[in-house]
Amino acid sequence: MSDATQPDTAKAGPVLAADGTPLKRSLARSLRVQKMRAMALIAPLLIFVLVSFIIPIGSMLFRSVENGMVEQTLPLTVVELQAWDASTGELPDEPLYAAFVADMVIAIDAKRHTRLGTRMNYEKTGMSSLFRKSGRQIKKLDPATDGPFKDQLIEIDKKWGEHETWSVIKTHSVAITNGYFLNAIDMQRTPDGAQAQPEDKRILITLFKRTLIMSMIITCSCIALAYPAAWLLANLPARSANMLMILVLLPFWTSLLVRTSAWKVMLQQQGVINDVLVWLGMVSDASRLVLINNQTGTIIAMTHILLPFMILPMYSVMRTIQPTYLRAAKSMGATNWTAFWRVYFPLSVPGIGAGSILVFILSIGYYITPEIVGGTKGVFISNRIAYHISSSLNWGLAAALGTILLAVVLILYWAYDKIVGIDNVKLG
Amino acid sequence: MKTKLTALVVTTALVAPAAMAQEMTIVSWGGAYSKSQLRAYHEPYTAKTGVSIINDDSSAEAVAKLRAMDEAGNVTWDVVDVVAADAIRLCDEGLAMEIDADTMLAAAPDGTPASEDFGDLLVSDCFIPQIVYSTAFGYRTDLVGDTAPTEICAVFDTDAYPGKRSLEKRPINNMEWALLCDGVAKSDVYDVLATPEGQDKALAKLDTIKDDVIWWSAGADTPQLLADGEVVMGSTYNGRLFSVIEEQKQPVAMLWDAQVFDLDGWIIPAGLSDERKAQALDYIMFATDTQRLADQAKYISYGPARKSSAPLVGKHADMGIEMAPHMPTDPENAKNTFLYNYEFWADYRDDIDAKFQAWLAK
Repeated sequence: MSDATQPDTAKAGPVLAADGTPLKRSLARSLRVQKMRAMALIAPLLIFVLVSFIIPIGSMLFRSVENGMVEQTLPLTVVELQAWDASTGELPDEPLYAAFVADMVIAIDAKRHTRLGTRMNYEKTGMSSLFRKSGRQIKKLDPATDGPFKDQLIEIDKKWGEHETWSVIKTHSVAITNGYFLNAIDMQRTPDGAQAQPEDKRILITLFKRTLIMSMIITCSCIALAYPAAWLLANLPARSANMLMILVLLPFWTSLLVRTSAWKVMLQQQGVINDVLVWLGMVSDASRLVLINNQTGTIIAMTHILLPFMILPMYSVMRTIQPTYLRAAKSMGATNWTAFWRVYFPLSVPGIGAGSILVFILSIGYYITPEIVGGTKGVFISNRIAYHISSSLNWGLAAALGTILLAVVLILYWAYDKIVGIDNVKLG
Repeated sequence: MKTKLTALVVTTALVAPAAMAQEMTIVSWGGAYSKSQLRAYHEPYTAKTGVSIINDDSSAEAVAKLRAMDEAGNVTWDVVDVVAADAIRLCDEGLAMEIDADTMLAAAPDGTPASEDFGDLLVSDCFIPQIVYSTAFGYRTDLVGDTAPTEICAVFDTDAYPGKRSLEKRPINNMEWALLCDGVAKSDVYDVLATPEGQDKALAKLDTIKDDVIWWSAGADTPQLLADGEVVMGSTYNGRLFSVIEEQKQPVAMLWDAQVFDLDGWIIPAGLSDERKAQALDYIMFATDTQRLADQAKYISYGPARKSSAPLVGKHADMGIEMAPHMPTDPENAKNTFLYNYEFWADYRDDIDAKFQAWLAK
């Protein structure tokens, strides 16, 4: 029967589904419904990630170039400033001063002028008090009747009669600025283009380099310590391996602050390690070792804190390596070392890769541990980002530093993918 | 039974919204300081009005958090305890409400208006001063030899007082002390510090002890370092040193010379609803009157910000020792003092901090 009907349908054109629509369309529709259903199922998560992660991070990153404040607070002045040629060395003329007073009277009313003062103070010292103090006087002026203003303003504060004041405002009046990024790499935006910061204010490049180098050292020391531990865990009988695994996980579950503070007690000059060494007579009381408040302290404490992130992926990869491979190698005459180096080690590389990426990326953004045990030479770029977020309130610079850090991580990830291959990374 | 339960549920449902309004969030520093406020202000206020107070120990990040809350359009704090420099910044940013001292704060018992009673300490239009504290040095009595340090330059004298010192990891105060000990007259310190040469001079002086300094960033660091004998002397807030000396009985003593006075007090965030604003002002009126400010000094060794409170300062509530000699404002302790120069540091903070951090990293 089926044999008889088949040629019929083939002749009649497209294959039809049970309800008479062409099968192709019907299939497409049902696939679309499935896709919609899948989308609907992940929609809550997608929206959550979008709202709570992507959008906030995006808007934070946007602050690294956003500089609308000057234009919003002083709209008329910005227009006049564009007409003013700073390179002549002449002060601006009366129209600009009049526009400035008109802008300021509105800004003072809305209490926005001191905000602008804080913003400009990042670029030129003294702007903060200039805006705050002048605001009290300018408040009393009426832009319509009290002109001309040039001499009055210079009377209020002689800085309004200085060429530099106006050229700094002009330089930083663009709505989208590269100024924060220049600051983030120890340069500054000037009327004559980008220039290097004075030498005694350069610090951020140093911190970037230090963050990368120390993160690599921490990753390497984690590999060195974790490899034997993971090997032991993978090769012990299950019962004792589980016991040891708890020892690995226990510090992992302890609060970060507690572990860091514990290292303080261990490492300081009157601390446990030094006391034991002095008691053993290995160092004299006068020359106790300086193990904390420097790079050594940061490396020791962070290696300890990040060690589980290295051991766990290594362990899960090593557990899958068949012991028979090693026995096969040895039965063919390989020494212990050759069997390990030529057979076991290459098989364990995916674990090292996964652990290294985890540890390196985590340590690059570490903040609290370097702050507590790092002293002056062991702090990271993240400590500076935290300072600009919570103390100096220079969120634009903090955002620029964060963006650069994010870019560095992505570049390293890309390079890792090119060299080792990201498929070659296994978490188990 | 069932009717009883229903009745209970109904009453709770009816009472709950009213009870919600009788709550306010007060932000402070945590630790012993918040405890002193709890006993001197919060508990009596709750007893008087029935308003329950939620504590949030976020003062260290108050400025950044208030800015973020303001941008998000949802300010959840009612009253915030900040240092004067932060109050000035919050006022500048338009994040704090302006306060009219004479109408919004209680007059002194003898009728002196609040603006006179607080006097010069009203350093910002938005700031309600609460205490005067100081950043001063403490030293280990057993590690300084026979001659205990009596003046600030002992900090820079590593020959007479070998060993580590702890200083705060920021330029403020350290730069002033360095210039003072480099021979700059006290009256000229800020004029000198305003010039690049003066800044270099201060850093050069700090350079002479750089290898002997442990830099702290949390107020609890120096007390711990002193207690462990890690440092021979160190700067911190005087209340922290009081607790090391009197409560923990460590062999530590005060070096009051060239202590830097600073103020701590309240601000009310801008943009609160009228109801919450009225509530916050009611609390402020109560908590900053003459008696309440004097009461706080029973629990912590910080001086009350009102002139009229000073004669009322008595004994420590638990230890029973006389508090006046432990106050930074006591005449015996205040022979040589600095007042934190708010205007100067508001301008120079970013510039000098960049130089200071670059110097530290060198």
